[in-house]
Amino acid sequence: MKKIILFFLMTIAFSSCDNEEENGMVTLKFTHNWNGTPVTNQDFNDLKFTNANGEKVSIERFRYLISNINIIDSKNYFLINLKDTSGTEITITDLQRGTSDLKFTFGFNDTDNLDGIYQDLNSVSFNVPQMLGGGYHYMQFDGKYKDNNNQDANFNYHVIRAVNRTNPDNLALQDTSFEVDLGDIKINNNTIVEIKVNIAEWFKNPNTWNLNELNTVLMPNFEAQKMMSANGKTVFSLGEVTQ
Amino acid sequence: MEIKNIAPFLPPAILRNKKCTKPFKVKMTKQYLFLLSFLLLMQCASKEEMYTPIPYALKVPVLFADKLIMPIIPADNPLTEEGVALGKKLFFDKILSGDETQSCASCHNPKNAFTDNQQFSNGIDGNSGNRNSMPLFNLAWNFDERFNWDGKDFSLEEQALEPVSNPAELHADWLDVTQKLQQHSQYPTLFLRAFGSSTIDSTLVTKAIAQFERTLISGNSKFDQYLNGEVSLSAAEENGFAIFMDEAKGDCFHCHGSNNNPLWTDNQFHNNGLDRTFTDLGLGAVTGDPADNGKFKSPSIRNLAFTAPYMHDGRFTTLEEVINHYSEGLQPSPTVDPLMKRVNKGGVNLTPKEKNDLKAFLLSLSDLDFKANTAFQE
Repeated sequence: MKKIILFFLMTIAFSSCDNEEENGMVTLKFTHNWNGTPVTNQDFNDLKFTNANGEKVSIERFRYLISNINIIDSKNYFLINLKDTSGTEITITDLQRGTSDLKFTFGFNDTDNLDGIYQDLNSVSFNVPQMLGGGYHYMQFDGKYKDNNNQDANFNYHVIRAVNRTNPDNLALQDTSFEVDLGDIKINNNTIVEIKVNIAEWFKNPNTWNLNELNTVLMPNFEAQKMMSANGKTVFSLGEVTQ
Repeated sequence: MEIKNIAPFLPPAILRNKKCTKPFKVKMTKQYLFLLSFLLLMQCASKEEMYTPIPYALKVPVLFADKLIMPIIPADNPLTEEGVALGKKLFFDKILSGDETQSCASCHNPKNAFTDNQQFSNGIDGNSGNRNSMPLFNLAWNFDERFNWDGKDFSLEEQALEPVSNPAELHADWLDVTQKLQQHSQYPTLFLRAFGSSTIDSTLVTKAIAQFERTLISGNSKFDQYLNGEVSLSAAEENGFAIFMDEAKGDCFHCHGSNNNPLWTDNQFHNNGLDRTFTDLGLGAVTGDPADNGKFKSPSIRNLAFTAPYMHDGRFTTLEEVINHYSEGLQPSPTVDPLMKRVNKGGVNLTPKEKNDLKAFLLSLSDLDFKANTAFQE
């Protein structure tokens, strides 16, 4: 009888211990800025930003895909939409408490970038045409800029998997998604991790983007897509972490 | 033991029973006898007066089920056989208009994919508004639930409310309409069976109409059949689809769906470069945000063969005019959508052959079965 009671107590002790370790919660909060100046949807539709090439720029649409957040132990992806302020936070529960390296993929890697299989992304028209290899946009960034004639002109900075269409019957695809590694974070029961998104970096580093030359029809532009991917790698950084 | 407070939670059939609505004061020693009697009475009354409507099974095309998230069916207005049938009867009934000369179907004709062939529809007094009547189909997949060209109404139920009283449309008084329905030989019973209440009001009328509208599904065009592997496209249709999907050509897919979004609309609001200045602010008049001026909902490009004239103001009578607009006719303005390419050159400048092929593809999205479906007709 004593053994049974002991076993019972130990079971309770262990299960409570498990709960303690697995009740970590993290909120990933994507905040957006332009070289440090905060950007929200209230800043849309105004040629108030200046890119590294000196062009006045407005933002009218800014939504992007992240996937494979490593602290989630199953396949995952999220569409962040700056226009919809409620769509810029991701809350993850039932995590192990402790320190963990936080990583995610910008866009979909080739394993996940499968044409037409994600109903929620199809429903918001985030697809890439099959003539460009199919799958999904990584990012849709639309706006206006002042061109060299001081006229308003449109740009569509759409990031997808790079595709070389030299032979349209045999597309050469290059996975231009990339991993963002934000380093170690301490996960507690209510951890808020700010992920800073410097939009200006898309036009800046290492490729100074000339919107007068590269503005629309960038999806089929193999070289432009590789440049976008390179510039994207400095867009994301770890901000404030609060417990 | 005082149990009269139980009354608010009783079904309407019980409340209508005088024996039940009297306040009860029952001694503790008799409570079980009373409860037994009460339950028997409730069961008896339920059998006689309560009717449970039959859930309606929405006929979702395979392509929709494969590619899209679930349609929006409000929790407070589930589809039922009785509700849909009642909504259909109301949709075609001229009793909803002030002088009983027009119904919803007068401007939303099933033969025209539930629009009409007028630029602006005339109401019962011969007046017209300044917007083209919108076709009605696949409305349950409008995930943001913003309806009308300007997104003014949130939910189909809300949308159905306004045309009845609009002076340029059915120009009726809702109170008169509901009184006429209440005195009708059939409607009180039909409402009772659909909603459990024979007391008719505008809320229940619009709920019924919205139920019917959610059943209007168009998903069997030639292009759907092509995607399902049932038919082949002509060379022109195939090339037209390629132009539609080519960012350097039509670039239509960013707003008008694709093989992976069979709605053929994003249900969002865009300024598609119709005008330099605006007499109709569209979404901007609803939100009050100047950045929304000149924005209107992207209509689905299904069933274009039946839905001329085109655009929110019905300015284009043919598909050729529509294609020419995007090819050469774009007008700059501060709110023109960035997805409109080469606005300073009027558009993407398609060749005559590309235009013809694009038109052939667009017409392949015409759904003859939808037009002929007797379930959607009077």
